[in-house]
Amino acid sequence: MARARSARRQQVERAVVYPLDWLEERSGLIGGLKYFLFRKVPSDTNWMQTLGSATLTAFLVQTVTGVILAMYYKPHPDTAYESIRYITNDVTLGWLVRGMHRWGASVFIILMFFHMARVFLFGAYKYPRELNWIIGVLLLALGMFEGFTGYLLPWDETAYWASVVGININGTAPFLGPFLAQFLQGGAEIGTDTLARFYSLHMLVLPGAIIGLIGLHLYLVIRLGVTSPPWSAEPAGGERSEFEPSTNGRAGLVRPGARGKVTVE
Amino acid sequence: MDPHGGEQRAHAPAPTLWPVGFAVGIAVLLTGLIVGWYIVILGAVLTVAFGFLWIRDVTAEMRGPVDTVEPERRPARRPAPAPGEDETETERYPRNVFLEGATLGIGGLIGGLVTLPVLGFAVLPAFTGEDVEELDVGALDDFPDGQWLVVTFLKDPEQGEVSRRTAYVRNNGLLEGAPSFTIVSNRCVHLGCPVQPNGPVNDDEAKEEKTDSTTVSRIPTNPAGFGCPCHGGQYDNEGNRTAGPPVRSLDRFDYSIRNGRLLLRETYSVGEVRGEGKEAVIVKYGQATPGVHVDGPEQLLYPVQAPK
Repeated sequence: MARARSARRQQVERAVVYPLDWLEERSGLIGGLKYFLFRKVPSDTNWMQTLGSATLTAFLVQTVTGVILAMYYKPHPDTAYESIRYITNDVTLGWLVRGMHRWGASVFIILMFFHMARVFLFGAYKYPRELNWIIGVLLLALGMFEGFTGYLLPWDETAYWASVVGININGTAPFLGPFLAQFLQGGAEIGTDTLARFYSLHMLVLPGAIIGLIGLHLYLVIRLGVTSPPWSAEPAGGERSEFEPSTNGRAGLVRPGARGKVTVE
Repeated sequence: MDPHGGEQRAHAPAPTLWPVGFAVGIAVLLTGLIVGWYIVILGAVLTVAFGFLWIRDVTAEMRGPVDTVEPERRPARRPAPAPGEDETETERYPRNVFLEGATLGIGGLIGGLVTLPVLGFAVLPAFTGEDVEELDVGALDDFPDGQWLVVTFLKDPEQGEVSRRTAYVRNNGLLEGAPSFTIVSNRCVHLGCPVQPNGPVNDDEAKEEKTDSTTVSRIPTNPAGFGCPCHGGQYDNEGNRTAGPPVRSLDRFDYSIRNGRLLLRETYSVGEVRGEGKEAVIVKYGQATPGVHVDGPEQLLYPVQAPK
């Protein structure tokens, strides 16, 4: 009887493993996922280091709720406010999804700042992670721009005049400011084109850019590893040679000569 | 298997139980014709399932064992030259460099051909096609001498409410035989909020009119200057800044008078206004973005205004 059970068990295992093996053999995705999930992190990481994941979660909430809101929202001056009213009052659970998106926007921004503060205070922006700090700053800027473009969409008095002021603040930038303001407005004054333009930026251009940069951000986190806290007993830093030009030829663009010297081909 | 020769022995398929299930299925199906349609479906499912298994068993030998498909492999056509042997290769024109350049070049060309028109489509409409239309806001008789009126109108009736604009209009009486008007835009020159008259607005005496070019409303008011609700900018009746963050005087509308009607034209920016009413001297500049200096040293920061 035990033999039969173990045979069935083997069969079940095979049924589960087979498709995974199939996928792994052709894509290496399973191995990649395992590498991501079971990679080594310092033993004394703490809750502060979950702020990045929390920010990512907030962004995913924004993405999902935003996609659903887009099914009901109508970006035209004559209909935008009515459609928001419809979402809030009439669509089943519309108030909840809109509320999640509206408050989640603030949560996203706040978490980005917390995450940034953690990275700064832990010194996690230092070599070799400078590039990831720069990507993070770009993400912060894009996130703020998401907030700016999203604020206009309800098309009520607050939205309209806040956007007027916001656009004109951009307009006061030296030299190119007036051009920037007019580009944002889609014309000499705020009008129909402005709303459609902000909507397109808010739901297509900026999220696309943010998703791309998040991918890079995570890639670098995985490649470079997690930093231990400043009070860690474990040694930090490690050998620099892995990144030294003499071992990997500076992305193949220059040929390393003697140590400390590089010769350009 | 060769059907015309080979083995001469009678060939019996291996014993199988599936026909039993097949028969039960047919029986259920026939019963279902009497009992109900769902039994028919059950019978059909049983029949098809066991029929399939039966056929599969019977034809197993004909189909033979399943081939295992090995990934395709082939040897390299020519052995790669060992390092050090390729000295002569580098003398020749390097084909791979040409192909690399061609790929990048053609790819870049195609990318540019696709991107540039789209980029132009995204950017250029914001800087072209602003038509200036004369907007009829009423007969001269509707503007009593020395009386301020809050005049709101649709700048582009096709766009609707979103194009509603407001001007503060005062008839200054005749100047050298021609009517003179002070027409101040309500757009604050700090950051573009709507300035309000500092004084009573007599909504009871509002007049609506549908003119040839727009829909206009005129409301009498008695302002002691204008104030902005957003950041507290204050202006006097000529639009000069008296307090707060604005960087120049309030913009004004150009106007013309035809057939006894007041027609508003485009707006222009004002450095400052000296004097009052019809004697006022207006230092006039092209329309600038709110918050942008038109005079003083700061104007050097804004050498070019965006085309409309």
